Amino acid sequence: MQDVTTGNKEFKPNIVAFCCNWCSYAGADLAGSSRLTYPANVKIIRVPCSCRVNPMFVLKAFQQGADGVILCGCHPGDCHYVTGNYYTRRRMALLFSFLNYMGIEKERTRVEWVSAAEGAKFSAVMNDFVKTVTELGENKRLTDLRVKEGK
Amino acid sequence: MRDVEQKMIERAAALLQNGEVARVVGWKKGEFYFDPAPAVFETVDELKDFVYNGFCGANLSKYLIKVSKNEGKTAIFMKPCDSYSFNQLVKEHRVDREKIYVIAVECQGKLDIEKIKANGVTAVTNVEENGDKVTVSSLYGETVLDKADVMLGKCLTCKGKTHQAKDEDIILHEMPAPANNRFDEVAKLEAMTEDERFAFWKEQLQKCIRCNACRNVCPACSCLKCVFDNPSSGVAAKANDDRFEEQLFHVIRAFHVSGRCTDCGECSRVCPQNIPLHLLNRKFIKDIDGFYGEYQAGETAEGKTPLTSYKEEDLEVSDVFKGEGK
Amino acid sequence: MQRIGVFICWCGSNIAATVDVKKVAETIKAEPGVVYSENYQYMCSENGQQLIKNAIKEHNLTAIVVGACSPRMHEATFRKAAEAAGLNPYMVEIANIREHCSWIHKDMDEATEKAVVLVRTAIAKVKLNAPLMSGESPVVKRALVIGGGIAGIQAALDIADAGFEVDIVEKNATIGGRMAQLDKTFPTLDCSACILTPKMVDCAQHEKIDILSYSEVEEVKGFVGNFNVKIRRKARYVDETKCTGCKICMEKCPSKKGLNDFNMGLNTRPAIYIPFAQAIPNVAVIDPEQCIKMKTGKCGICQKFCGVGAIDYTQKDEFIDRQYGAIVVATGFKPIALDNFNEYGYADNKDVITSLELERLMNAAGPSDGVLVRPSDGKHPKVITFIQCVGSRDTSGCGKPYCSKICCMYTAKHAMLIREKYPDTEVHVFYIDVRTPGKNYDEFYRRAAEQYGVDYIKGMVGKVYNVNGKLMVQGSNLIDNEQITIESDLVVLATAIEPEPSVRKIATLLTASIDTNNFLTESHAKLRPVESPTAGVYLAGVCQGPKDIPETVSQASACAAKVIGLLVKDKLKTNACVATPDEMMCNGCSQCANVCAYGAITYVEKEFRLGGGKTEVRRVVSVNPAVCQGCGACTVTCPSGAMDLKGFSSKQIMSEVEAICKM
Repeated sequence: MQDVTTGNKEFKPNIVAFCCNWCSYAGADLAGSSRLTYPANVKIIRVPCSCRVNPMFVLKAFQQGADGVILCGCHPGDCHYVTGNYYTRRRMALLFSFLNYMGIEKERTRVEWVSAAEGAKFSAVMNDFVKTVTELGENKRLTDLRVKEGK
Repeated sequence: MRDVEQKMIERAAALLQNGEVARVVGWKKGEFYFDPAPAVFETVDELKDFVYNGFCGANLSKYLIKVSKNEGKTAIFMKPCDSYSFNQLVKEHRVDREKIYVIAVECQGKLDIEKIKANGVTAVTNVEENGDKVTVSSLYGETVLDKADVMLGKCLTCKGKTHQAKDEDIILHEMPAPANNRFDEVAKLEAMTEDERFAFWKEQLQKCIRCNACRNVCPACSCLKCVFDNPSSGVAAKANDDRFEEQLFHVIRAFHVSGRCTDCGECSRVCPQNIPLHLLNRKFIKDIDGFYGEYQAGETAEGKTPLTSYKEEDLEVSDVFKGEGK
Repeated sequence: MQRIGVFICWCGSNIAATVDVKKVAETIKAEPGVVYSENYQYMCSENGQQLIKNAIKEHNLTAIVVGACSPRMHEATFRKAAEAAGLNPYMVEIANIREHCSWIHKDMDEATEKAVVLVRTAIAKVKLNAPLMSGESPVVKRALVIGGGIAGIQAALDIADAGFEVDIVEKNATIGGRMAQLDKTFPTLDCSACILTPKMVDCAQHEKIDILSYSEVEEVKGFVGNFNVKIRRKARYVDETKCTGCKICMEKCPSKKGLNDFNMGLNTRPAIYIPFAQAIPNVAVIDPEQCIKMKTGKCGICQKFCGVGAIDYTQKDEFIDRQYGAIVVATGFKPIALDNFNEYGYADNKDVITSLELERLMNAAGPSDGVLVRPSDGKHPKVITFIQCVGSRDTSGCGKPYCSKICCMYTAKHAMLIREKYPDTEVHVFYIDVRTPGKNYDEFYRRAAEQYGVDYIKGMVGKVYNVNGKLMVQGSNLIDNEQITIESDLVVLATAIEPEPSVRKIATLLTASIDTNNFLTESHAKLRPVESPTAGVYLAGVCQGPKDIPETVSQASACAAKVIGLLVKDKLKTNACVATPDEMMCNGCSQCANVCAYGAITYVEKEFRLGGGKTEVRRVVSVNPAVCQGCGACTVTCPSGAMDLKGFSSKQIMSEVEAICKM
C-alpha cells in the first residue's frame, strides 16, 4: 500500500470516518486483519447504519477542525436495515452539493460503499482520501465561516 | 385592489356572522399605510381594521398552527404562494385541513417599502397599482414608479399564480404569469469558483445577528422546539461553546427545511440584514429537481418528501460533482 | 459523574508490538472521569475478564472502556463480564485498537498516539452512556401461512407437527398451488399428485391446521409475536360446512363455458365447480361472473339439485380477525404473460403452448385425459420443439433478467416423457445454456439427451410461423453455425416465472421489502435466507426467488424451524438500542414514520397539560421497541431532534466527533 508522500509533509489532515456497523466497519476490520495499511490520521466512528449520520455530525466534525469527513456504508441494496443507505445517499448528495455551493471544497466530503468483504477497498479508499485532503490542505472555511471582521 | 379588499371584508363578515367560522386570519392596518400586520379577527366589529393592499406580503399560513387549535373553524385569506406552505403544514399534520376554510385571494405581486424609499419616496400614504406602474402618494406628493423596481424580491421570482388549496376564491382581476426565473440567481452562484462562492457567503452570513427572524417566520421551521434549543441534540451547547450553532445555523436550517421548503421567500423578506437566505433553500430545491426529478413542496398535502423517499437507481454521491463543470 | 475504568489489552503481541499499551494506560489515567486504568496480556481470557470484574467492584466503576480488538469480536464478551460484576452491560464501550490501529500502522509512536485518541473517544462516548434494558413482548402461539401451495403446505405441516396452531390462507378455492397442476416431477419422475395430495389431506385432517381457502389477507397490524391480521373470506356462494363435494351441481349447471383455470384455460368448466378431483377443501365454488342465476336472477338449478342445501346465492364476503406470532409468506409464482414475445406466435397459434399447459395436456386428469394431442386438431404431434429461456435471462426489457431456474430440468423431463410414451415423436430443444446443478440433475438431463435421443440445439429461436398448419421454428444452431428451420407440430415455450402479483400487496401489508423483480427480499442473502427483514415474517418458495420443489420444501421446513423457534418462546427480548422519541418536542409531522423500513413508528393523539389547568391534544410519535431495529434513519429526518437512538445518541456521537477532532 502506498504511503502518503505528496503535498505538504508538515500537514497531516485529521479525517473522521463514519462507518456502518454491518458492512464498512467490518470492512475496516478486514483491512486490519489483512494488514492493509492506511494513514493513522483516519479515525473511525461506529454507527449502526450510515443513515444514522446526521448532517450535524459532519458539520460538527468540520467545525471542530476535521479536514475531511467520509461516510462508509453498505452498498445500495445491501443495507442491513434494508433501505437506510438509500436515505444516506440522498441526504449526503444534497448536503455535499450544498456545502460546495457555500464554497467548501468538494474533495473534503465523500461517501463510499464498502462491504464487509472489501478490506482492500476500505484501505484503498482511505489512502486515496487522505492523499486528496492532504493535497487540499487544512480546512479553514468551515471553522470560520462566519467569523466577524477583526475577530 | 380596493374592490378585492372590500369583497374580502364582506366575506369575512358574512362567515363570522353566520357562525361558519370562529375567526378569520388576515391583515390589519398598521401604524402606517405600508406596514399592515397579520391579524386574527374574531368579530365583525374588528374587521374595520382589515386591510389588503400591496404591502400584504406576509405569508399567513404559519399562524394557523396555533390559531386553529382553538375551538371552531378558522378562515384564512391566502395568496397563491401561501397556499403551498399551507399544504405542507397539512401534510405534516401541523394543521387540520377540516378546521380551516381557505379563501384564495388574488395577488398582483407585493411591494417592498424599502425599495420605494430607495427610490426617494418617503412617508407613503397610499399606493395605486396600474399594471406595471405604481403611483405612490406620500405626504410630499405623488410619484409614479416602475412596479418591477419596487416589488418584493420573492415576487420577482414568483413561482405561480395558482392556489394549491382553496374552498372559495376572490379573484377579480387577471394575475400576471409566473416568472419562471427563480433558479437564475442560484445558477449564477454555481457558475462561480469555490473561492468566489465562499467569499460571497462569508460576506453575507457574517452579517447575521442571529435574531431568528428567519426561523420565526418560516412556515417549515415550525418545530415546537428548535434543534438549536434542544439540549440533547449536541448543537445547543450555548454555555461553553457557541461557535458551532453560530456558524452553521444557516446550513442546518436549510437542510432541515430541504424537501419541505416551498420557496415562499419569507426568510429573505424579514431578514433585517438583507441576507439572501432564499438562495440557500433554493439550492436544495434546484438540486432536488436536478437529482431526483422535479418536486414542488406544498403542491399537494399528501405524499413523501424527496428526503424521505428514494429510488434504487438514484444518483450516487460521487456523481454529484460530475455534472456541468461544478 | 461516571467512574470510568479503562482496560487496555495487549492481545499478546497483536496490539502490544505496535502500540505502547503501558503508555496508553498511563496516559489515560489523567483523563477526567477515569478512576482506574490497567493493561493486561489477554483481556478476553478468563483472567482478563476477572481483572475487569474485580476492578468494577473494587473501584465502584460505573462505566468501562476496553481498548482491544474490534467490538464485533468481543463486545459481547466484555458486556457479559460487566454484567456479571453488577454493571449494566450497555455501560461498556470498546476502543478498537487492534484492527483499526495496531494491525494497520507500523510506526509505534503514531500507533500509540492514535490508540490514545481512540480510547479517549470511547471515554467521551461512555460518559454519556445510560443503562439500557431490553424490553419484553409476549408471543401469540399461532402461525399464519399465506399461500397454500407446496411451500405453505410443508411449512404448515411442520409447524403444526411441533404442536402450534397454524392457519393457511389460500386465495384460490383449493390448496395445492402450482404443484397440483404438474404431471410428473423431476428428477425421479414420480407423479406430482401422488406425492402432493396426501400432504393436502394431512393438512385438512391435522387438528392444528385451519385451512382458510378462497380467502385473502386484508390488513396486518402489530409486530413479531403479536400480529393482528384481518382476513377476507370471499363469498363462494356455497356453504363450506354443508357441501359434501358430490359434484351433482357441476353436472347440472347449464353454464358450462367458463375457462378452466386449473387446466390453463385448455378446456371449460361449469359456473359452479370444484377445481380438481382432489381439491382441499372438496367444496364447490360459484363463479358469479358466469353464473346465470347471479347474473339474471333466473336459473337456480344447482340449488334445486343440491341435496344438502349448501348453495347460497346471497353469501357475502366475510372478515375475520386473528392473532399470530409469526407469518410465513408462500405466495408462489405464475408464468409470465407472453405479450412481449410475438415472435413465438403464442397468441396466433393454438399449437404454440407453454410448458405449464403441456403439463396439463400430459396429465391423466387433464383436458385430454393424459393423451398428448395438439390443441388445434386433437392429433398426435409428431415433431415437438421446445424453446428454452422464453423471457428468462432477458436483458432487453421484454422479459426477466433472471434465470427461472426450473425450466432446464422440466424441459428435459417433458422431452424424456414424450420420447418414452411416444417413441415415434421427434423432440428438439433450443437452449442458450443447459443449467442442471443439483443432486441427480445433470444425470437426468444427460439421460434425456443421450438415452432418449432428444435433439438439443444450442441456439436461440428467432421466429415461429405457421405454414399450412405446420409450425416453422426458425432458429440458429450455434454449434454448427447455421440457420435452421424445424417443421414442428407442437411448440412448447419454457416460459419464465415471476412472483404471483398479489405478493406486492402482501409485501406492503407486512412492510416486507421487495426487489425490482417483485421477489421478496430476505434478511441476508446467505445467512438469513428464509427471514424477511421484518421480524416475525418468513419466506418460503418462489415468492423469495426462483426455485424447484425440493428447494421450496427445504425452505418451507427451514421457515417452520424458524417459526417454531419463535413460537416456543413465551416472551421475546427486544433490541435495547432502539429509537427513543421525546414527545414533548415531537411535531407529529410523520417524516420519521416515512423512512422506517419496519413500520415501528406510529402516531397517537395524546393529551398534554399546559399551564393553568389547560390541556392540549397533540399528535405525537410512538416507537414500538419490539419492532425497531435501531438503524437510526428516523433520527435524521426529525428536524427538532426529538428522535434519538439509544446507544448511539446524537450527543454521544457528537462527543466522539469532538474527541477525535480535539487532538
